[in-house]
Amino acid sequence: MNIVVCVKQVPDTATERKLRSDDKTLDRDAADGVVNELDEYAVEEALRLKEAHGGEVTVLSMGPAKTTETIRKALAMGADKAVHLHDDALYGSDALGTSYALSQALKKIGYDLVILGSESTDARTGMLPAMLAERLGTPQLTLASKVEVDGSSIKVERITDYGYDKVEASLPAVVSVVEKINEPRYPSFKGIMAAKKKPVETLGVADAEIAADQVGLANSWSEVVEFAVAPPRAAGTVVKDEGDGGAKAAEFLASKKFV
Amino acid sequence: MSEILVLVDHVDGDVKKVTLELLTLAGSLGTPAAVWAGSGYSDAAKAKLAEYGAEKIYVAAADEIGDYVSAPKAEVLAHLVAERSPAAVFLAATGEGKEIAGRLAIKTDSGVISDAVGVGEGFVAEQSIFGGGVNVRSRVTKGTPIITVRPNSTAPVAAPAAGAEEKVEVALSDAARAARIVERVVQEKGARPELTEAAIVVSGGRGVGSGENFAIIEKLADALGAAVGASRAATDAGWYPHQFQVGQTGKTVSPQLYIAAGISGAIQHRAGMQTSKTIVVINKDAEAPLFEIADFGVVGDLFQVVPQLTEEIEKRK
Repeated sequence: MNIVVCVKQVPDTATERKLRSDDKTLDRDAADGVVNELDEYAVEEALRLKEAHGGEVTVLSMGPAKTTETIRKALAMGADKAVHLHDDALYGSDALGTSYALSQALKKIGYDLVILGSESTDARTGMLPAMLAERLGTPQLTLASKVEVDGSSIKVERITDYGYDKVEASLPAVVSVVEKINEPRYPSFKGIMAAKKKPVETLGVADAEIAADQVGLANSWSEVVEFAVAPPRAAGTVVKDEGDGGAKAAEFLASKKFV
Repeated sequence: MSEILVLVDHVDGDVKKVTLELLTLAGSLGTPAAVWAGSGYSDAAKAKLAEYGAEKIYVAAADEIGDYVSAPKAEVLAHLVAERSPAAVFLAATGEGKEIAGRLAIKTDSGVISDAVGVGEGFVAEQSIFGGGVNVRSRVTKGTPIITVRPNSTAPVAAPAAGAEEKVEVALSDAARAARIVERVVQEKGARPELTEAAIVVSGGRGVGSGENFAIIEKLADALGAAVGASRAATDAGWYPHQFQVGQTGKTVSPQLYIAAGISGAIQHRAGMQTSKTIVVINKDAEAPLFEIADFGVVGDLFQVVPQLTEEIEKRK
């Protein structure tokens, strides 16, 4: 089975994340880049499927030069090879442009299964997996907490507000995962060393047959009008429990008419 | 005024509160038109949608719409966008709502904005990003603005309207029938409101210490008619089910009141609750970062404070 895992490099949540004042895009230099957390679960699931069914795991990541750090991490976990979609023309693409560019790269690479995290910790649109399925015309098996492949059929448990849905489809398919699905492995020393020798192919827009007028900041379907750092919340009252902390909290709730 | 389509979020025919919020929001910017997709449409649903401002209700009631993941609903909306040229399309910023919005954007070559906390003139959307650290105003620049709106962002206001029904027949494509839902598994949640819809959420974290101890969180929630949430630490430990996780990799909630007990408040958690209107924090560690955004905080043992709070609330009822 030919599995492609889409991995995004995101700014570390633990550092201060910013937008750039000039073009209002994510300031990728302001924070350390890390692997989007849910994408690590996607890599893990891809590796487990490969271990069970055989095949190959390819990492696909779109982003600037420093995205190679993220690609190496996924390779160190055990993926076989990688494709880095990297071109200045892609800079500032919104979700529509990104899904288009990735879908073109996926067509070029070929796949039985595409796996990715259900959302990124920076943009958090939660739309990209469904957009990829739409663009590729493949079944959308998103928000999966369990994945089973049997020959050319695939079953997932898709989490919902009321529990989960059991969903079935045929391969090829797009799967997005939630963190309940597994526990991602840490790269071993051996894995880190091996990752350095694994092939990473770089694709530009021309290589992936990406129409330049469908990607990039200038061609986005939406724009940031303005942004501002959120004003701090007004300081509240903090009391030390002297045996009456619960009663005091109740008084506060009553004063706000919650009780 | 031009029409704004609102996709009705419903479970087995029950219209969810977020839909009424979206109708109210649409009513402030144009003429709301509800779009019902799937089975379960009823007079009660119609009455509710009309009560909250739906001038029109487009009804695509084919059972098979609900038999497949997300794609059929996107096809129903794409059909209406092509036929009716609405001024905008609003959907709930739920897992499914965002997926449908994404697919619709591609089908209609339109821009899409995810997880807005408000929408103003010109369909300029407000978003709260980076865990609530930055406020953004953005707008769609191509096609029909498609906007998903976070539940609890607008207070629903009754505004009776005609609710004129119009049947919609859409022939689903094969692609929309690709991912088939073979079974819906409903997990017990009792009488509590749904997490993202609830006006009040009571969450427990690492400090709760065990799954059994979550009973005291549940008791407080029940006294307030609230939903129960949990931090990542609590769900990772298996103390509370995963779908109740509030945070960056879980649910984003924006209730009137959020009570956090035994949660220190790492940015990952704050990202899921920072837009709550009133925040109450109970933690034995006075240095817990969540106190920084608390409207009211109690530094103390949650096993003392929470039961006392529950008791006081019961007394005041």
